[in-house]
Amino acid sequence: MSTKRILLDHGSGGVASRELIETIFLPRLDNPILSRFEDSAVLPASAGRLAFTTDSYVVDPIFFPGGDIGKLAVNGTINDLAMQGATPIGLSLALILEEGFPLADLERLADSIGDAARSSGVPVVTGDTKVVHRGKADKIFITTAGVGMVADGLELSSRLARPGDAVLLSGFFGDHGITIIATRSGLAIQSDIQSDTAPLHNMVAAMLARKENSIRCLRDPTRGGIATVLAEIAEKSQVQINISEEALPLRPGVSTACELLGLDPLYLANEGKCIVIADSASAQDLLAIMRATPEGRDAALIGRVAPLDAGVRKGRVVLRTAIGGTRLIGSLSGEPLPRIC
Amino acid sequence: MLIDRITEGLRDPELAGRLSRQIHDAATRPLRLMEVCGTHTMAIFRHGIRSLLPAEVELISGPGCPVCVTSAGDIDQIIDLADRPGVILATFGDLLRVPGSDCKNLAEARAEGANVEIVYSPAEALKIAQATDRTVVFPAIGFETTIPVIAATALEARQKGINNFKLLVSHKVVPPALYALLGDPELAVDGLICPGHVSAIIGEKAYEPLAAKFHIPCVIAGFEPMDILSAIYLLVRQIQDGQARVENCYGRVVSREGNPRARAMIEKVFEPCDAQWRGLGAIPGSGLALRPDFSDLDARTAFGLVFHDVPEPKGCRCGEILTGKVKPPQCPLFNTRCTPTRPVGPCMVSSEGTCAAYSKYGGL
Repeated sequence: MSTKRILLDHGSGGVASRELIETIFLPRLDNPILSRFEDSAVLPASAGRLAFTTDSYVVDPIFFPGGDIGKLAVNGTINDLAMQGATPIGLSLALILEEGFPLADLERLADSIGDAARSSGVPVVTGDTKVVHRGKADKIFITTAGVGMVADGLELSSRLARPGDAVLLSGFFGDHGITIIATRSGLAIQSDIQSDTAPLHNMVAAMLARKENSIRCLRDPTRGGIATVLAEIAEKSQVQINISEEALPLRPGVSTACELLGLDPLYLANEGKCIVIADSASAQDLLAIMRATPEGRDAALIGRVAPLDAGVRKGRVVLRTAIGGTRLIGSLSGEPLPRIC
Repeated sequence: MLIDRITEGLRDPELAGRLSRQIHDAATRPLRLMEVCGTHTMAIFRHGIRSLLPAEVELISGPGCPVCVTSAGDIDQIIDLADRPGVILATFGDLLRVPGSDCKNLAEARAEGANVEIVYSPAEALKIAQATDRTVVFPAIGFETTIPVIAATALEARQKGINNFKLLVSHKVVPPALYALLGDPELAVDGLICPGHVSAIIGEKAYEPLAAKFHIPCVIAGFEPMDILSAIYLLVRQIQDGQARVENCYGRVVSREGNPRARAMIEKVFEPCDAQWRGLGAIPGSGLALRPDFSDLDARTAFGLVFHDVPEPKGCRCGEILTGKVKPPQCPLFNTRCTPTRPVGPCMVSSEGTCAAYSKYGGL
């Protein structure tokens, strides 16, 4: 392409738009459905029910250790489908670009989106691009939607946790949140810490294939972190969830960065983790299945579901701290802010 | 890393259990301890320390979160500056939710178009100033811990001739506030867990006249669970023995003399003034202002700001909650006008302050 930056013309729907799509997106996202270039994608469907989800991505910085906004937009929507036990079949990709956005960056993101779609086996089947005046958007915003098929009879829900159930976490938590905050603040953190963005549908499929009947609920603890997701499950299921701080897989580097910035890792976002509530008799088998996949390598049993104590009316989460104390874990109220005191 | 190994020892569950049992044995009557510092409040909450204490020992969260005690009048000035064209307000993030008068905060001002940038150090604000033609205002908020760093930034701005960097100073110092709190004849606090970082600057000796004058035991503590539990144990023992001494169980950081170099840095740039504390009102000599030599750095002078004294909200009983005289539910604003998402007083502004904790966790 002749220009090095995005112009308003690229969003006009005319020749420049077509050129942008044909030179940047089609080669990288190529698949038979997308390349038909019709107004909507027509997908084959199997028996079962349709899962449908959408999410917008506005992360700043757009490139960060372990990923970028494009990879996040693919994996995040796949994970929302996977948490309902759906097999993802296709994604939409809508971009809002700020006038002046470097084409080199767009190519880099298109590469990353293409890689994420190919490696996860979930194609981008339809898309759209708009350009807004400089200053009317921050570089690039991405919205993806996804559809997937859910087998008949499968129901996963935050309302289904029962006393006695086990609580599993698929690996180290807080990595994505601390990576973004540290990148924004210019804080140098240890090089082994990077965003955990990853698609979870293959791990979930492996779990469902063998233990479908023992899984009650799957949740990906993105914004609000594992604390907020656990609080939601406890509230919706009217149970107490007991978590052990010692069992929580937290990298030392994340822990240190949190102490420096005055943040609680329980509230940091994750982009490639899931919380599993399951029948406790299947907990060890599920851990083995998760640990046999790359995304669940560090899976851990982090707690148990218990009945509410007499007199307690609302579901709650109790953390047993490393020193043997206990504390209640509430939902996140607002964006996590670093503290000075 | 060495630091991880040190921390491990300070978080040993077996030692914690042993200290907890010693505190149970030592406390034979109800007593109240105030953790002065906001970082202690957070650590006590985070490690579940209350759950390890006997029913006799009650911990009361003190006024030690500098952001939370920033007065509505100061917040109004900060918002006023952030709203002005040509100004970038570069601030620590936790100031964003502290309400000014009419409960408006910086987060809302930003949504309405104010220019607010979150920074992690005053040096970062200075860097922004070097890269822009606009005036960068940094709200200088904090106790003795933060003040030396801000003084250093002021000196750097001057040395490098950066003229578009201004400070909006609302610094506060801890000892005068403690005098004001302890001078209350109805005070219901039996001992003080004294701040760790602040004490590293002001030293053990800063508490000696206080302990003697008010006959109150003071123990300086670090921020690890073992530091805090040890301090509680020492306080309980002093109280049971009728003593009122200053003890230091954070010797690895705090000395008797403190850090005279840091204090000299503070004195070079700032001088004492009266200050308004949210929930406590005006306390003589409890603030710091820029010295006249540094008035070119003063945002109030540069923008001709006038301080409008905003009266403390009617009914707010934070002053009495901070001194252990009343419990949050006894305040008429508690969970009505004053809630964790729309806080009024400092005990609710601080995310784990006494009122916020009561509201969120039912006083557990």
